[in-house]
Amino acid sequence: MACIEAHGLHKAFGATVALAGLDLTVEEGRILGLIGPNGAGKSTLLNAVLGLIPYQGNLNVLGLDPWAARDQLMRDVCFIADVAVLPRWMRVWQAIDYVAGVHPRFDRAKADMFLSRTQIKRTSKVGELSKGMVTQLHLALVMAIDARLLVLDEPTLGLDILYRKQFYDTLLNDYFDRRRTIVVTTHQVEEVQQILTDVMFINHGRIVLATSMEDFEARYLEVTVKPEQLAAARALNPINERQIIGRSVFLFDHADRDKLASLGDVRTPSLADLFVALMSEPRAQGAFA
Amino acid sequence: MSSPSNAEPAAIFEPSTAAHTAPLAPTRPFYWSVRRELWEYRSVWIAPLVSAGFVLFGFIIALIRLPAKMHVTRMPPAEVPVGMLSAAQGFAAAVILATSLTVCVIYCLGALNHERRDRSILFWKSLPVSDITTVLSKMFVPMVALPAVAFAVALATQLVQLVLGSAFLATHGMNPAILWNGLLGHIVVGGFYTVIVTALWYAPIYGWLLLVSGWARRVPLLWAVLPLLAVCIVEKIGFDTDYFWSMLFYRITGFAQEAFGGVHIHGGNIVDPLMLLTPDRFVASLGLWIGLAFAAAFLATAIWLRRYRDPG
Repeated sequence: MACIEAHGLHKAFGATVALAGLDLTVEEGRILGLIGPNGAGKSTLLNAVLGLIPYQGNLNVLGLDPWAARDQLMRDVCFIADVAVLPRWMRVWQAIDYVAGVHPRFDRAKADMFLSRTQIKRTSKVGELSKGMVTQLHLALVMAIDARLLVLDEPTLGLDILYRKQFYDTLLNDYFDRRRTIVVTTHQVEEVQQILTDVMFINHGRIVLATSMEDFEARYLEVTVKPEQLAAARALNPINERQIIGRSVFLFDHADRDKLASLGDVRTPSLADLFVALMSEPRAQGAFA
Repeated sequence: MSSPSNAEPAAIFEPSTAAHTAPLAPTRPFYWSVRRELWEYRSVWIAPLVSAGFVLFGFIIALIRLPAKMHVTRMPPAEVPVGMLSAAQGFAAAVILATSLTVCVIYCLGALNHERRDRSILFWKSLPVSDITTVLSKMFVPMVALPAVAFAVALATQLVQLVLGSAFLATHGMNPAILWNGLLGHIVVGGFYTVIVTALWYAPIYGWLLLVSGWARRVPLLWAVLPLLAVCIVEKIGFDTDYFWSMLFYRITGFAQEAFGGVHIHGGNIVDPLMLLTPDRFVASLGLWIGLAFAAAFLATAIWLRRYRDPG
């Protein structure tokens, strides 16, 4: 069964269309990166999936309609919005007691074990912890819940690189077991590229690209082209061309790797570079039909 | 960072195959939601305790000054401490009740507002707790938790006053037994009755404040009060009537006439304070039931608002 399934998902705030009839399927056991510029509709999509906002169209998360059955759905879905949402007045032990009291799938021993790896004291208030520690606390609470879907909306916003790296390492090593599904949005695309199994670009409330990482790696290639090969490279119909310290870098979709190798160094592009290419290049529109 | 192809599930956790068929652990969302409120708003029990502390402090000063007073008054010496004590007890109960009602108002104005302002609503909504449970747990605080705290603190304060008063009488060669005559009736039944009556009577006010708290982005106090005043002003200027104002005034003070409407003056003396209580009249009063209907409507709207509002 698909974890998330949407057909013609539509949501408008007044005259602003946030989701323009979006279709999507996320299978169980995947780690999906949802990438898009600000205002693309990412948060609206996640809010719809979490049952926080009403919408038009069909949406099915773990077999439930999220808007009609949010409280039931939240037994199987966990959600980290960003570092700011744990209440500042709450003490660490209160957060644990509360989640243990209301969540049927919370394992207190696991939460204690995760917290024991950090510097966080039971008696501290959330407001006294650093941003990184608040995220550690939230992650410990969430990882102690035996959920089927974890939604992360900019989970590492405002954290330094050590905490960011630790966040994803912990998630991958101690939580992800190929049964659970994780959906993550972030602007720090480079940091999640290695952990994703699937990626989805979203803009203007529509899906611009949806692919598994294997297909992405097979399909897109980036070449640093030797100066004398520029004309040959352009003839191969690249979807993007840019200059980096005097060298021309071309991005190709569905190109023959051997042919490209004769033009210069070939490698898999970063998601960020592909994202920029697809979002900014009008002539790339045909590339992801 | 490892790539997904070589990331193995950690050995410390065996991936439990039966995880989602296992019976769910029992939860108590309402109970923990109320606990949560009491953690966040510690003034619910601190404020009545502090006011009780001040009451007792003043009472001790009064006891110290009492011997001097007994010499200058023309009343029989025994009546001075008894009169003073009985007045002090009523005063203590009134102060603690007033404190608790004030906390109710402040609590209700913040209860559904703070969670949106600090965005913690996104955390609360990430847990399997319904909007109905959340809003009702917040209504539980002014309807049950605060009245219970007020009752317990007032009772304890009055008992301390009685014990101190008895000790005073005994050390001045008087029999403290007269102080304890009205104990049960006055402070237990009267106190219990008062907190229940005020909670029921003020339920629509709490409901209204919770609704405004969930609706207003900022300054919920102003949004709760100014529109009502505006209606009064327009009515007064436009129609030269004050029905709306009378209605508001009745809502604030009306419980006194409905619940404490008994004849209590007999030859200028209070016969028995419990004769004041008119529970039958209170339960039969239209004002009570109209108020409860409004409270239910306000709460339903507050629940609807918390569910439909974009929390982000």
